[in-house]
Amino acid sequence: MKATATKENVLEFVSRYVHKTVSGFYTLTKGMDITIKYFFNPKSAITQEYPENRETLKMFDRFRGHLHMPHDENGRNACTACGICEKACPNGTISVLATKDLAGKKVLGKYIYRLSQCTFCGLCVEACPFGAITLGKNFELAVYDRNELTWVLNKPENTSQGAC
Amino acid sequence: MITESFSEYNLDGNTLPEGFRLPPPDDEEAEEFFVNIGPQHPSTHGVLRVVVRLNGETVVEVVPHLGYIHRSIEKMAENQTYVQNIHLSDRLDYLSAFSNNLCLCMAVEQALGIGVPERGEYIRLMICELQRLQSHLLWWGVLGMDMGAFTTFFYGFRERELINDIFEELCGARLTVNYFRPGGSSIDVPDTFMPRVKHLLKIMPKVLDEYSNLLNKNIIFLERTKGIGILSPEKALSYGCTGAVLRGSGISYDVRKHDPYSIYDQFDFDVPLGNTGDSYDRCQVRMEEMEQSLRILKQAAARFPGGPHRSQPQQNYKLPKGSYYSQVETPRGLLGVYIVSDGGIKPYRLKYRSPNFSNLNVLNELAAGHKVADLITIMSTLDLVIPDIDR
Amino acid sequence: MMPSSVELYPVNNFIGDIVRSIFPQPAAAVINGLLALLSLMALVGSLGAVLIFLERKVSAHFQLRFGPMRVGPHGLLQPLADGIKAIFKEIIKPAGADTFIFFLAPLLPVSAAFLVLAVIPFDHHLQVADPAGGVLYVLGVSGLSILGILLAGWASNNKYSLLGAMRSGAQMVSFEISIALLMLLVVMLSGTASLRGIVLAQEGTIFDWWIFKLPFLGILAFIMYLVASTAELNRTPFDIAEAESELTGGFATEYSGISFAMFFLGEFVNMFVAACLVTTFFLGGFHAPLLGLPLLDPLLKLIPGFLWFFAKAFLIVFLYMWFRWTFPRVRVDQLMYLEWRIMLPASLILLMLSGLFVAQGWVG
Repeated sequence: MKATATKENVLEFVSRYVHKTVSGFYTLTKGMDITIKYFFNPKSAITQEYPENRETLKMFDRFRGHLHMPHDENGRNACTACGICEKACPNGTISVLATKDLAGKKVLGKYIYRLSQCTFCGLCVEACPFGAITLGKNFELAVYDRNELTWVLNKPENTSQGAC
Repeated sequence: MITESFSEYNLDGNTLPEGFRLPPPDDEEAEEFFVNIGPQHPSTHGVLRVVVRLNGETVVEVVPHLGYIHRSIEKMAENQTYVQNIHLSDRLDYLSAFSNNLCLCMAVEQALGIGVPERGEYIRLMICELQRLQSHLLWWGVLGMDMGAFTTFFYGFRERELINDIFEELCGARLTVNYFRPGGSSIDVPDTFMPRVKHLLKIMPKVLDEYSNLLNKNIIFLERTKGIGILSPEKALSYGCTGAVLRGSGISYDVRKHDPYSIYDQFDFDVPLGNTGDSYDRCQVRMEEMEQSLRILKQAAARFPGGPHRSQPQQNYKLPKGSYYSQVETPRGLLGVYIVSDGGIKPYRLKYRSPNFSNLNVLNELAAGHKVADLITIMSTLDLVIPDIDR
Repeated sequence: MMPSSVELYPVNNFIGDIVRSIFPQPAAAVINGLLALLSLMALVGSLGAVLIFLERKVSAHFQLRFGPMRVGPHGLLQPLADGIKAIFKEIIKPAGADTFIFFLAPLLPVSAAFLVLAVIPFDHHLQVADPAGGVLYVLGVSGLSILGILLAGWASNNKYSLLGAMRSGAQMVSFEISIALLMLLVVMLSGTASLRGIVLAQEGTIFDWWIFKLPFLGILAFIMYLVASTAELNRTPFDIAEAESELTGGFATEYSGISFAMFFLGEFVNMFVAACLVTTFFLGGFHAPLLGLPLLDPLLKLIPGFLWFFAKAFLIVFLYMWFRWTFPRVRVDQLMYLEWRIMLPASLILLMLSGLFVAQGWVG
């Protein structure tokens, strides 16, 4: 009796051993089946060749790049130098330097934007009551000199035209 | 087991590094040595430093060292208004930025009694579930990579990219989204949102099946994860683990189900549970969570309402004096926000209860006695995001 | 017993004949030897470039990428650019490293590949040397490549490197046994230990190759040999010696510049060498895959043998790459389990069974 019991156990062991090896092997082939399917389907490649596809690369409308102040054809912008964006910015990225025009009205002198401190959160654009600033689509913002990261967003002609 | 003066203990002429508690080995033959895994290491996925005490290949003890990416976000929060704080909360756990935003917004809403319009709630829920999907997809890819199967990383990223595109089109950013606001969200969803979500819903079940066949049913994967890093339910609770780590140990706790926020109580979904609490269970829980997320998304997409997306927008939110707490289920577990307000527009104190910090602390319990390779797998199944640990 | 120089360098193809017709005998043997050496060097160099390019492209297509696309058309010149980069990079020696061994170690895997290539029969008359105990020679020499890894790990003065080297050592000791047993099986079937003899023993149709000639067991032996040689090569799923995600770079952590490139080259050429051995042992070497069809076979025979050989070898190389880009890595103790509990008993049983087949004359 005992001998048969051990014999069965050995058989069981062998069958389990073989089953595990074979089924394990089968799971491996299943994985290989998936990868080979993609290998022979070059169209499944999802990566883009980035600098080459600059022309066709279009960012989404809401993409949050650098801060940008749109100017109309006369070189005017909508900023009233109220400074709400400056307050809304969490990082002190924006400095709105106001001056007075000839009539003594407060106008924008320099709109200073420090790209080095910007986290592209978009709170300034959200806070602006006049829609004077937007976030640009350009994402290639690296420069060689740190000083180049401080931008003046308004066009200087604006103040002179406002003064006239 | 804990020796009082372990720092005086000499090993090979060196004192035992800080944090190790086990006494020196009784066996004279045992040659223990210490290995720094991190702060720069391919599989710590960030700047986590783990000092490992090894006996040959076997891990004796693990001591995580934190602080390499500490940015004092909680202190910075005290100088920022609540709306400004939302963009800081993106940077806690960058893979669940929407959930972090939501948690903070919910605390503010709770303080001020601001309601959220129905469409706003649906947007929140759908975006958070999409976020859960993308976070788990990344986790799955990285899990494979930690085990040496590089290809999973790219497959996981393929679908994650679809979701990230949704996010980018929605709010202009892919990781640091800064999207939710008290009372709803900063901007309504674009017209392309629904078609994109529906496309995702169509392809994801097939993709998840493929993932299972590629990695999760693979014999090598099974051998590497089954019975490895077993976390008992008691240990999981006492360490304060949440998320898939807790549920993998068989304890059913999901904030979405057991303390429903937003409109999760209107949706039909299950909380997947593991049995043994080993690495495999944690993996399977996450895999099934993806399916549950798809289920929620399907229901939400079917009855996505119209209407406004935000109520009572204000420039600054002035919270009444007092303390407020809210919690959400991020892809990694329970995130809590505790605000103490002195009545101003900025919090007096803002505390984040981050899931990863608690989940990291079980590492020693799980990895001790296993091999180095298993330590990496266990770390991967805990799904740690380091900036969330340090804050 | 001393083999004559002609036997040592059987370059009796037309180049050898021309050299022999011009120069007197001792000089001709030396010149032929030098020519063989040069051709091997050229082979190793070009193989390195081709294989590295192949690996990058194949992995890319497995992973939904394009791979190198910028240097030359479809990145064809990328290996050249990589090589130039590696040569001009600074070689950094860590403090406390054993200088001599640290710089010796990267040379060993390449030299192992070089030495094994010398006995591979690429075609009927395309073989540098054909020693009678070629299989033994291959077994002995291929150990050099793992010696290089061991030395590199030891000399680097880095714990990651040391761990990688320790793993690699354990791996070598284990899987050499399976490889040796399976080689023995082939030697037993062929009745010779000369690699050329083994190929010649498989002459005939595709069903005379050892993989098909031995009913069922041949395929099993082929698969087992593939697994064991993958382990010998330190490639995924057995790349525990390098294991980026665990040991950063394993034995190669501290290597940079050309000394790392030598490891890299050695790894890839060794992969090709292993594929060559598989081709020789199981896939009929340079024989055309004749199917026994009267119309097709003469056409297949028109294609020169070395082309068939390279085609088969690259097919095996592709298999290695396919494994690498599909499977996760096994753990070090599981690797030992695989060898001692599965591969070794299985190869012993296989050896006994095929011995029975040979003795009973059931083969072929």
